[in-house]
Amino acid sequence: MVEHRPLRDFVAYAILTFGIFIVAFPVYLALIASTHDAATVVNGNMPLSPGTHTLENYYRAVFVGGSRTSREPVGHMLINSFVSAIGIAVGKIFISILSAFAVVYFRFPFRKTAFWIIFITLMLPVEVRIYPTYKVVADLRMLDTYAGLILPLIASATGTLLFRQFFMTIPEELLEASKIDGAGPFRFFKDTLLPLSVTTIAALFVIQFIYGWNQYLWPLLITTQDSMQTIVTGIKKMLTTTDELAEWQLAMATAILAMLPPVAVVVFMQRLFVRGLVETEK
Amino acid sequence: MEKSATFNNRLLPYLLLAPQLVITFVFFYWPASQAVLQSFKREDAFGLTSEFVGLENYQALFAQPEYYKAIWTTVVFSTLVALLSLSIALMFATQADKNLKAAPAFKTFLIWPYAVAPAIAGVLWIFMFHPSLGTLARPLRVLGFDWNPLLNGNHAMTLVVMAAVWKQISYNFLFFLAGLQSIPRSVLEASAIDGAGPLRRFWTIVFPLLSPTTFFLLVVNVVYVFFDTFGIIDAVTGGGPAGATTTMVYKVYADGRLGGDLGGSAAQSVVLMVIVIALTAVQFRYVERKVQY
Repeated sequence: MVEHRPLRDFVAYAILTFGIFIVAFPVYLALIASTHDAATVVNGNMPLSPGTHTLENYYRAVFVGGSRTSREPVGHMLINSFVSAIGIAVGKIFISILSAFAVVYFRFPFRKTAFWIIFITLMLPVEVRIYPTYKVVADLRMLDTYAGLILPLIASATGTLLFRQFFMTIPEELLEASKIDGAGPFRFFKDTLLPLSVTTIAALFVIQFIYGWNQYLWPLLITTQDSMQTIVTGIKKMLTTTDELAEWQLAMATAILAMLPPVAVVVFMQRLFVRGLVETEK
Repeated sequence: MEKSATFNNRLLPYLLLAPQLVITFVFFYWPASQAVLQSFKREDAFGLTSEFVGLENYQALFAQPEYYKAIWTTVVFSTLVALLSLSIALMFATQADKNLKAAPAFKTFLIWPYAVAPAIAGVLWIFMFHPSLGTLARPLRVLGFDWNPLLNGNHAMTLVVMAAVWKQISYNFLFFLAGLQSIPRSVLEASAIDGAGPLRRFWTIVFPLLSPTTFFLLVVNVVYVFFDTFGIIDAVTGGGPAGATTTMVYKVYADGRLGGDLGGSAAQSVVLMVIVIALTAVQFRYVERKVQY
């Protein structure tokens, strides 16, 4: 453009740097808090530089748990979070790639109906039907189980739509060629469709992993035992102690640990994540 | 677009659809229909018997001053979060869209809050602004400002809005940046040659071309504020003080869990369902038509 470049670039850099500052500052504070002892954190004058209790805090958070709260150690919650996030991602990919395959590559009665039955689920997030869903899970005796954490959250159409969209862009000649080669539906799926879908699968995995990891209300409701809670719900309990001061340094260490896996996934899989996100939403 | 080449198989497509349909019926349609049924019924305190009471739960709901308060809180909260996060994200996106050498790095640094759980974002913000230990609460008090989000409803609302905006900027930023990058450079260059300055170019060319993205984001953001912010509110304020941050979704949770009023809670769920369906319908109408404003 015609504007003077150096000045324009300087303004852009200044604004973006400010943006990064806003985005990073809360996390920086949490990181700092997780390196100090309890007294330094709660006295309201916490320094902005790291302290010397890092290893102790993280060790206690991960393996011991807060002494005043007798909660589960974070290590266990991390495992629960990993299992449910991976379960949600894999489960969703599994059911939706199969149903998209059926809807796109077969002609059968009720095909449109089946598609709409799935499609409508986009409209109601689990939060609005929370108690009835809770009751179903309780009746099926799935409270405090991984199945209860995972299955209700994969009952939505986002994955199916994404795969359907992608399958529509695959040239028909590929199917015709495999048919001429004598391939049935299974061979076509395994040898042609799956290899072509690898990036779509990876993108959906990234999005769903983050979605599953970050769940809050659902795990809060259906886990009654501390041993089943995920890290995102567990952290709240560290802060709501009835009689004594919350151990903020442990809570902040937990916050850092709870952020690490999904943030790492977004940063390292950025390209896939952006692609999956933009395609699922539109 | 329909495929003309397909497989012929009678049973297989149903088998392929089965896992998804079973899960959808058990965990979506069954509970959703139960929510609707429940909203017309009243259960006794032990949940042993229930009778059909027609619209009584709805009448009771709309006779509650607290419900109107929750609706108002939801309106204020979603408007503030949507407007602030959209405008801040647009500002960052327009800067990142300039041909800067470091643009990809900035992008990475700005998008990661997307991956932070809302509840964790809430915990970070309450830590910063906690009245007795918050690093940023201290300067406020030194300046003579009696900051206390645990007691003052407006302060509590400010805090949850800030946390929700912080969390949502990255998402809006991504979509705005994608929208900006799809605007042809030649149009902008032509108007620059015609003497239009940066601001004028933004308001007469860029902003109108971005309007489908903006509209899409507006709807998505409202749905985000409705549901995903539950974790923020629960972690930061628990709906308090005195219901100042109790949104409609939070009230469904609080009334059902703490109050044990399943009929009333179900009626609230149904009201929410209607709102979300209406929003989604509006979104599809416009997105499907691909309106250029």
